[in-house]
Amino acid sequence: MAGILAELLPEQTLQIVYLIAGILFIQGLRDMTHPRTATRGNLISSGGMFLAVVVTVLWFEILSPVILAAGLLVGGAIGGYLAITVETTEMPQLVGLFNGFGGGASAVVAGAELIDVFSASGSLSLELTTSAAVAGIIGSVTFSGSFVAAGKLHGLVGDSPVSPNVGHVIKAVFLAISLLAGLYLVAQPGLFGESLQTDWIPVYWLLVGAALLLGVALVLPIGGADMPVVIALLNSYSGLAAATTGFVLDNTVLIIAGTLVGASGMILTVIMTESMNRSLANVFFGGLGTGGGGESDEEMDAIYEGNISETSAEEVVMLLETANRVVIVPGYGMAVAQAQHAVAELVELLDENDVDVEFGIHPVAGRMPGHMNALLAEADVPYEKMRELEEVNPTFSQTDLVIVSGANDVVNPRANEDDSSPIAGMPILNVTEARHVVVNKRSLSPGFSGIANPLFARDNTSMLFGDAKESMQELVNEYKEATS
Amino acid sequence: MTFVENLTLFVLSAFVGYEIITKIPTNLHTPLMSGANAISGITLLGSVVVAGSGSTTLATALGFVAVVMATINVIGGYLVSHFMLSQFSQRGR
Repeated sequence: MAGILAELLPEQTLQIVYLIAGILFIQGLRDMTHPRTATRGNLISSGGMFLAVVVTVLWFEILSPVILAAGLLVGGAIGGYLAITVETTEMPQLVGLFNGFGGGASAVVAGAELIDVFSASGSLSLELTTSAAVAGIIGSVTFSGSFVAAGKLHGLVGDSPVSPNVGHVIKAVFLAISLLAGLYLVAQPGLFGESLQTDWIPVYWLLVGAALLLGVALVLPIGGADMPVVIALLNSYSGLAAATTGFVLDNTVLIIAGTLVGASGMILTVIMTESMNRSLANVFFGGLGTGGGGESDEEMDAIYEGNISETSAEEVVMLLETANRVVIVPGYGMAVAQAQHAVAELVELLDENDVDVEFGIHPVAGRMPGHMNALLAEADVPYEKMRELEEVNPTFSQTDLVIVSGANDVVNPRANEDDSSPIAGMPILNVTEARHVVVNKRSLSPGFSGIANPLFARDNTSMLFGDAKESMQELVNEYKEATS
Repeated sequence: MTFVENLTLFVLSAFVGYEIITKIPTNLHTPLMSGANAISGITLLGSVVVAGSGSTTLATALGFVAVVMATINVIGGYLVSHFMLSQFSQRGR
């Protein structure tokens, strides 16, 4: 099995090229640590990928070049089309979808390699079957889990039709089936000898099938606000699937690249769960959104009754005119209403009038890690204005006005004050310390946690009811009039 | 390469990844995720070999499917991060 390059160059060349590709991936990620170098980092990383793919194609003997070229063209066209036509608001589901394809490819490759090696040599090593079983399970869970997550984000897939307890049983059954199939795959050459090895192929696909259903059962019950965790975790899995496929194929760059992605996704997952003060197990096996836990209308009325002051765009503009420092807290509501451009325009106007204006961004605002930052960047907001929770919290006491746009649970003071609330201990943006808070929301309906938000009833809070985009546009127009 | 050598590579890469990724600011988490996502499409290398040199029809067909999926992942992931990052750098300098 040798291609053009393998005949011309020494044996180690392929390994050296893979090493170079690995270095390019690492350097690409290093450049991602700063917005100024991040674009270059992405190019370096894609250069590493291009190099690795081209050399691989030329190194190995390609028996069916037409099939290979067709695969690359079809995949490239689909991926390119999706990336070019996507709306910024649909970004989370697209990232989830791409993840799924990577995981699926890993599972399929591991299976194909088993078939290949077996038909060539008639036997399978323990390392090969173990790695293939792991890659098959992780890759399949990533594939189906990502599709369900993307479907939920796109509004195509609803909530789980079964109760949480039944769901746990279903998960356990599919996990057990895929693990048993994996064990059989690993143990059977030793247990039954060479003669029985022909029946392992259906066992691998049984493993894949059970793991696919496991992915569905795992993600289906998880609610919208937990999606940043799920997307980050699936991202990690797609990397781990590639790394284990690297073990199957004995391919160093697959191991390096896959592990880097696995680490990246895992770190994001940890950041997301810590930002919600929850454990990973809690996200997957219950907690918010799955077990009811919401408050009744009466309980909410008791908090809101007589304490809500409604405001108008004119009044908010009066506050803006006298303010020295304004902080805007965006949430998923802003993303849904596509209000980011109107918000950015308001910020620009405030900037021109020498108002100190910044964004306070909670790590889990939105549906994926960094979602709000990506949306605001699309609306040309300079990244220096986007402040993280730890940076912005100490500044609220010197802030004249906070405008909350479509956020709820991340500014709920009960996280600090009420130990029995479902969000107790979750780090929040302490907007109540500011002189005035204006909450722009369509209604008083609760956030994902299902509990009332006493912030709305505070003396220094007023509610600006309405669609985020329309309200912001109104503020922009009123403010223009007032300052011109 | 033996299993243990591969394992060594795996563990060391995990540490390198940890050190770098913890330094990436929240601002860039979305482009990081889609960029990392594209890197996980590295499994394309395996797909290429399997699709191109599959000794049975079944392995070749599976290889084709894998090449399509991995290429979607790679091309889509890099493009999406590129578009996103170019928005960051427009006024982010």
